[in-house]
Formats: sequence, C-alpha cells, structure tokens
Amino acid sequence: MNKKLTEKFYPGHATCAGCGIPAIVRHVLDEADCPVVVINATGCLEVTSTLYPYSAWKVPYIHNAFENAAATAAGVETAYRALKKKGKIKDKMKFVVFAGDGGTFDIGLQALSGMLERGHDVLYVAYDNEGYMNTGGQRSSATPVGADMETTPAGKKSSGNKLPRKDMMEIVKSHHIKYLAQANVAYIEDLRKKARKALETEGPSFLLVLQPCTNVWKFPTSDYVKIGKLATETNYWPLYEIEDGRYILNLKIEKPKKIEEYLKTQKRFGHLLSPKNKELVKNIQENINREWEGLIERENGGIVEQ
Amino acid sequence: MKNNKYKKALTGGAAAAEALRQINPDVAPVYPITPQTPIIETFAKFCADGKARTEIMTAESEHSAISAAVGSQAAGARTVTATSSQGLALMNEILYIASGMRLPIVMLISARALSAPINIHGDHSDVMGARDTGWIQLFSENSQEVYDNTIIGTKLAERSELPIMVIMDGFTTSHSVENLEMLPDGTVRKFVGRYKNKEALLNVKKPHTFGPVSLPDSYFELKIDQDEAMKEVLKNYEETAGEFKEVSGRDYELIEEYRAKDADHILVLIGSTAGTAKDVVDNIREKGEKVGLVKIKLFRPFPYKEVAVAVSKAKSIAVMDRSISFGSVPPLYSEIINSVKDCDLRVASYVYALGGRDIFTKDIERVFEDLISGNISDKTEYLNAKTQ
Repeated sequence: MNKKLTEKFYPGHATCAGCGIPAIVRHVLDEADCPVVVINATGCLEVTSTLYPYSAWKVPYIHNAFENAAATAAGVETAYRALKKKGKIKDKMKFVVFAGDGGTFDIGLQALSGMLERGHDVLYVAYDNEGYMNTGGQRSSATPVGADMETTPAGKKSSGNKLPRKDMMEIVKSHHIKYLAQANVAYIEDLRKKARKALETEGPSFLLVLQPCTNVWKFPTSDYVKIGKLATETNYWPLYEIEDGRYILNLKIEKPKKIEEYLKTQKRFGHLLSPKNKELVKNIQENINREWEGLIERENGGIVEQ
Repeated sequence: MKNNKYKKALTGGAAAAEALRQINPDVAPVYPITPQTPIIETFAKFCADGKARTEIMTAESEHSAISAAVGSQAAGARTVTATSSQGLALMNEILYIASGMRLPIVMLISARALSAPINIHGDHSDVMGARDTGWIQLFSENSQEVYDNTIIGTKLAERSELPIMVIMDGFTTSHSVENLEMLPDGTVRKFVGRYKNKEALLNVKKPHTFGPVSLPDSYFELKIDQDEAMKEVLKNYEETAGEFKEVSGRDYELIEEYRAKDADHILVLIGSTAGTAKDVVDNIREKGEKVGLVKIKLFRPFPYKEVAVAVSKAKSIAVMDRSISFGSVPPLYSEIINSVKDCDLRVASYVYALGGRDIFTKDIERVFEDLISGNISDKTEYLNAKTQ
C-alpha cells in the first residue's frame, strides 16, 4: 500500500473486508495541503477505527454522537477562528466531517443544514452506502426503491423499499454553498480531484460518495469497485459537480448499461429479477433516465441560480 | 462607600451576562428559549460592542448548541452556552457526552418547568431531570449569586475537568432586578485565568482521538473514574470558593446555614425561595421558636456530609422541592434522606411552586408550624396547591 496514503488513517482499523470507506477517507485526506482535523458521526467508520485504547487516526479526531457531526464540526471550526483571532493558534487547518447516509440524510440533516447555512469552513463527506449498515442494514432515506432491507424486507406482499431516495445533492445545493459534488469510491481520481476542489473552497463544501456495502448489498468482498463502476455505467450514480451553482457532468457514458446489469449483481435486489417485478424494474429504469436527462438540462442551462 | 462603582442593580440574566463579559470566553454557541434568552441577548450585545471578544455561534437548536460546545471546548476554546426547560431536555443526550469527555463547558440555566402541558415559568424540573448527567450543578439564590457562581463555576469546572450548570430560578431570579456588587474586570480575568487544555483537539502536532468506542472490558472503569472526578469537586469547590473569598470578600460554603446552628427545626431548600424563607425564619425566631434554614448550593456532587452535620442536632427538618419525581420521592428530599440516615430526626417532604405557582411566607410558615407541632406527614405535601 502507498505509505503516504496511510499516514493519516493507519492500517489496523476493523472495517469489513471489501469495505470502501478507508479508501474514501485516505484519498480525501491525502488531498489536504495542511493539517486536518476529522469530525466523525457515529457509524461504521467510527466504530471500526477508535476501539479504546487504540485509534487508527493519526490526525486529530473527534466523535460526538450520531446526528451532530456537522454541529460538532461547526463548534470546532468556530473555536479555531476564535483562537486564531486571539493569536492563540497560528497553524492553518482544515476540518473534514465523515458521516454515513443515515447521519446525513436522516438524523443529521438539521445539523448539516445549520452548518451549511452559517457558512462554516468545513468539508462534509457523506459516504453513502444507502442504509443503516452499522446496525445491520435497515432502510434510510438514501435507500433506493426495491432494496430488500431489514425494515423494508421483500416478501410475498412486498417488493422491498417503496420510497425513492431523498435528493440530498439538491437539498445541499439549496444552501447556496460554493462547491458540492457527487463522487464514487470506484472512481478514485475523480474523487481526489473533487476532494482537492472542496478543500480549496472557502466556506462549506460537500461530497456525496457512493460506497457499495458488501455486507448489506450482498456481493462478494472482492467486488466493491466493480459494483461501484456499474452504478455509474448505468447512470444510476452520475458523477457531477455543482460549482457556484453551475452543474458539471464529469462522465458521460456513451451507451449506458441497463439497470438490470447493476441490480443482478446484488442480493438486496435479487427479488426484482422475478417476472412479477418487471414493471417495477421498468419504473426504476425510467426514473434513472429522467434524472439523467434532468442533469443534462441543468448542465446545459449553465448558471442556474444567481 | 467602598467599591461603590461596582454596585449595580441587575436581573439575574444580566448579572450572568456581565460575568461572561468579564470572563471573555472564546466561543458561545447559543439558541434562544424563555426565560434564558436575556442572558445570551445581553451577552451578544456586549460582543457586538467589542466589550467581549467571544465568537457567538447562532446554532439551529439547543441540541446543536451543546454539540458545538463539545466540539469547541474539545478544540481547546473556553466555551459557554445557556438554556432552559425544553432546551435542556433536548440537549440531554449530549450532556452525558460532554461530561464523559471531561469537557469543562459552562452552561447558564434559567430553570423552568417542562412540557406537557407547556409552561414557561420557573421550577426545577428541567435541572433535576439532568441531575445524573455528570455535570456539576451550582444553584443561585439571587443576582449576586448568579454573578459570583458564573465566575466561581468557570474556574471550578476547569479545575475539575467537568462541565457545570450555573442555575438560577427562571423569572424569579433571571428577570428580577436586584442589587449586587460586581468585581473589577481585571480581578475576574485574573481569577479565572487562561484556559489551558493540554490535550486540545487543535493541537495538530500531538493528535488525540476524542470520543472513542469502549467495550465491556474498559467502559466500567472509565465510568468509575468519572464518578471519582465528580467526588473531587467538593474539595475543588471549597478551594475555588476560598480563592474567590480572597478577591471578593464573599464567603460561599457548600451549603449556606442560616440561623441553623442551634435550631430545633430546619428547612432545607434550593434557590430563590431561600430569600423568602430567611424572612420567615427571622419572624418565627422573634416569637421564640428555634428555627433555621439550610440552603443547598452545590447539588451535584451532593454534600451529604455537610448536610448531615448541619442538621444532626435538629429535632425535625422539612425539605421543600420545586420538582416532582414521578412515582418516587422528590429529588432533594431523596438526597436529604440519604444524608441523615444515621441521624435521629424526622424529615417532612413538601413540593412547591411548580410551573411558576407563587410561594408565600404563609406557606413557609405552615411548614415550620408542621415541624414545631410534630405534624409530619409520611407523604409529600403540596404547598399552595388546590388539592385539599
């Protein structure tokens, strides 16, 4: 392993075999050109990296609770400004939050909104594995339609989760922050470029990073990059940025694969392949097409807000 | 008159804000709630006028205010906030985290009733609901004590590496103008000193992990350590209050005994009602009955030994609680029963002034009459309530 990459987040953490979270953390932090302070929400990353009396973190790290990573980061960043103003601190520092989709889309949404609205100079990275994986795979508002989850199981009278994903990118964008981007752990160079831009941004920035979960999505531990790539190659997970309100699509797939190609790789969608769910899969595909076209329109619209 | 220019007439809220101005903390995450709001408003104006150099962070909820306070104090900044009632209840989860992480955050509380039904007036339900969160709890009788406790509390919290609630009675103290004597700015700044945190999060050269996971092999001992730290606060309080006496001339022991040394019958209570109770004690003393008052200042940690010594010679005592513990006995009464378990005396329990109900001298006189006549109920009695 590239030694520089592990300088801030050491080996010896206990994430599952085949988990992409450490790659996200390492590549994001590696783009920082000054000392970073990490603020972490309760979740997979937190429980697997800070088992007392050990810690995988070689940078300052704080975990407070589940729903308040953004508020905690706001406090840390405010303290930094206060101490700098009083001459008690001289070093330049960056502040990076890592939180899952549960801690971002659901329970942490209010604190995130407050942090964005107040303009704290913090990079918020949501690793999105589309559910509550640390508690065993329950539905969150990031869970896609049709997923067989512990709290929305597929059964004789159910095809799994019925509710569409919350559009987190649009919610964050509505806070008029300078930079946000959707990324994917399977596209590391793209992720790094976005992390660099986000870290260079003054004020709040936001990255939403797809993180395929081997445990709950149910695919072999060797495959998280393959699954992640399929998510983007089907246009299910487009790579794009919103910079000063301008949409930039980073990858336009010439011939997007059909969503079945993606669904069939994961047991959480296994039931969707049966003939009785044909209509549902068609709807999923149509939604993907519509959302993609919407993105293209917004990109062509150029600057879409003042 | 000595120090005349330091004599002021201020509400408890304004007195707290004056103390904060002098302490000049680094960060104050704030969120409004009645009857706390005058504290943060007054303090925010001081900052706006350049009289304090504190970064005010307008949080979007009390939960985020206390969460930000945890981040800020861990970062190495002296941090204060304030709340009441539902705000304190909303903070509850993070109160345990602040104390578990040993962060000496200072929180002013204007104590108020809890919903439902909603009631914005004073009682002790909110702070009693937070009595086991691992925070030091220091109660104030009047504006002078609010001011002094804010200054003492800041140093006590930092000395103990534990967070503190400096508590005043909602409206009765927070909104009532009373005379007090302030200290010079320089005296206060020198008294609290500079906040030093050797393991600050922002010490990037020596990275620390705050808020780790602890499993059954370590959690138990960490909680025992925390309890030991809390017990040390009694000693730390005496040391800090002693230092405060040197600069202010004002003497604050763990409990305040008012004509209690030779008293046959003693009333024990907390907060602003002590002022009224002292008048009642004086009046009854004039009639020849030996009565006295013990006012609890530090409720967490609780000064069991000091209370036991103070009341051990009495024939009977009455405890007045300003909150209810549903399905149990009231909180202060419970602590007093624990304090006097080796004493031979009778203890009566009263609950009063919930949700801002008035408490009159006649109600307190009735309590002393009950003690003097030996009319001590096994049940908790309600004062000035329409139950009889």
